[in-house]
Amino acid sequence: MLADALLLQLGYNATLVTIGAALLGIASGVAGTFLFLRKRALVSDAISHATLPGVGLAFIFMVVMGGEGRSLFGLLLGAGVSAAFGLLCVQWLADRTRLGEDAAIGAVLSVFFGFGIVILTVIQTMNAGRQAGLEGFLLGSTAGMLRSDAILLAVSAALVLALVVILRRPLGLAAFDPGYAEATGWSLPRVDLAMMGIVLVVTVVGLKVVGLILIVALLIVPPVTARFWTERADHVVIIAGVVGGVSGYVGAASSATAPALPTGPIVVLVGFAIFLFSLLFSPRRGVLASLLTHLRYQRRVHVRQGLLALAQGQPIYEVLTRRLLERAGLVLPDGVPTPAGQAAASKALLDETRWAIVRGDQAYALAATRYDGLTPIEDVLTPDQLTEVDGKIDAPQVVA
Amino acid sequence: MGAEFVALSLPPILIGVLVAVACALPGNFLLLRRQALIGDAISHVVLPGIVVAFLVTGLIATGPMLLGAAAAAVIAVIAIEAVRRLGRIEAGAAMGVIFTAMFAGGVLLLEQSDTSSVHLDVEHALYGNLESLIWLDATGWASLLDPAALAGLPVELPRMVLALVVIALFLWLFWRPLALSTFDEGFSRGLGIRTAPLGLALVIMSAIAAVAAFDAVGSIIVIAMFICPPAAARMMTNRLGHQVAWSVLFAALAAVLGYVLAGYGPLWIGANASVSAAGMIATVSGIILGVAAVAGPHRTRNS
Repeated sequence: MLADALLLQLGYNATLVTIGAALLGIASGVAGTFLFLRKRALVSDAISHATLPGVGLAFIFMVVMGGEGRSLFGLLLGAGVSAAFGLLCVQWLADRTRLGEDAAIGAVLSVFFGFGIVILTVIQTMNAGRQAGLEGFLLGSTAGMLRSDAILLAVSAALVLALVVILRRPLGLAAFDPGYAEATGWSLPRVDLAMMGIVLVVTVVGLKVVGLILIVALLIVPPVTARFWTERADHVVIIAGVVGGVSGYVGAASSATAPALPTGPIVVLVGFAIFLFSLLFSPRRGVLASLLTHLRYQRRVHVRQGLLALAQGQPIYEVLTRRLLERAGLVLPDGVPTPAGQAAASKALLDETRWAIVRGDQAYALAATRYDGLTPIEDVLTPDQLTEVDGKIDAPQVVA
Repeated sequence: MGAEFVALSLPPILIGVLVAVACALPGNFLLLRRQALIGDAISHVVLPGIVVAFLVTGLIATGPMLLGAAAAAVIAVIAIEAVRRLGRIEAGAAMGVIFTAMFAGGVLLLEQSDTSSVHLDVEHALYGNLESLIWLDATGWASLLDPAALAGLPVELPRMVLALVVIALFLWLFWRPLALSTFDEGFSRGLGIRTAPLGLALVIMSAIAAVAAFDAVGSIIVIAMFICPPAAARMMTNRLGHQVAWSVLFAALAAVLGYVLAGYGPLWIGANASVSAAGMIATVSGIILGVAAVAGPHRTRNS
């Protein structure tokens, strides 16, 4: 069943929804990257919660006008309008009052959501409300969608993606280097407005798929995940798009296998699994990589200190140091250095002596900043400079 | 305003006020420390905590559920901190990753397990059921003095009183160090105040408020009360003590007004049903904040 779903064998509607969710995931991953880099990730939380009253009011409006109230387009339009109003409120509170943006976000999301709940309870008492199914907007449900809804979803997801691709340059500039963006003639407030507009559209389109409580994850998790894999700006955007696309695709496909499986949580959990994997295993910033780097560093320090002790004829008591030296074949089990150990020890002592001279000489001030007790001095100075330094080493004096 | 009021409306109003005040008190400090969204994160992760507690014990009992919710809140705070430090990620984004993932896990567990026989669902978790907390043993105002009738009070009432007392006591005992570390962390550390454990204690107090309130009123009102009354109070004064007092006033006002509007408002305009009290309380707190933001004497940054 799951394999069928992943291979798009569950019928036309499910296929459309799955493709739509994948496109939406890509778009939100890319848009979320700009949001994340501008350090405004949680603004999307306010936007998504602010859609609820719009959905409810649009439903009531359509029923009052004599319709059935279930037109997805109408509901999403309402969601967009109230989300835009919520966004304006966040901006206004953060700009014009003493509240910080975090407080403005929290206030708007809770108040709008609360008001939305009030509207939902009003709808429940209306006759048409019994089968409204507006709860599907809370957690997302794609099972049993109408064909027209599926088409609307896929098309609008494709449109958002196209919009993001067209606007990627100003958005990227504003995210990575706001000063440069302004200097080259982009108006920062306008670029921010465009970014918020895209986030808003992603949120509204994603309502039916992921649900308004969790859509924020689709905007935050992919960029955070992508950041683990690269230091390059353009790569972050691409990887975030891929992570978002995979989450949307797998999430929507697997939730199509059972009616009781809400789409939103699965999409989020797929994304979170990718995030967790990246956090642990990414080659540079991952936890495992940091741990290995730390251990390697620790061992180098132990070996170096052990060698210096050998060179000066001091006994080594530290257990880890002895074990490391023994394993490298530098000392014998009784603590006597092997020929290789003696050579390495003299080299370490020479290195340290040269460093001491370099650090005591103003002429080498720049090179001296590279001293960390481990870097071989040959990496820092040229052979000519080394000869010069060696000339300053005092020859061993015979004690009279 | 007789027997019916005491039995049907008094307990929910009281619980609403207690919840609002219990959340608004720590909310003042969270707001000033720019941690306002911690309340948001905590109230989202309460759901998985409760679901796991239910799956482990197999019963809907207050004790295990509160423990589960509290454990989930602590795990979330630790996980957010871990992701922030290990991954070197900005705090807001780390929060967004963790609370959405935990909430999603909770929803999925809930849908996959057989909880149809008990009243445990996502909607309940979000907006609770304040209206159902009625006091059937009450026959009138005299019941307030009748021990037999008092024993029949909804169990949420004494629980909220306890939570409020604990929180108020914490704030009263640690007022000075809290205020100092909120406004000038470096200075307070210089005085020897251990700011990190103090900050964690504040978050735990917020979690206590959120967890105790959650069962009665749902998450949404908890988030609203953490932020809106303190934010509105911030527009009224520049003094911390006055701000806390204002926030308590605003919180209580929102709870009473919201409950009354939800219960009786629709009747006034001719409808015959009531709307969600939790939603209405959140809405009223938003209106109060809106008024304060437009007309409060200290609404701008340099006033």
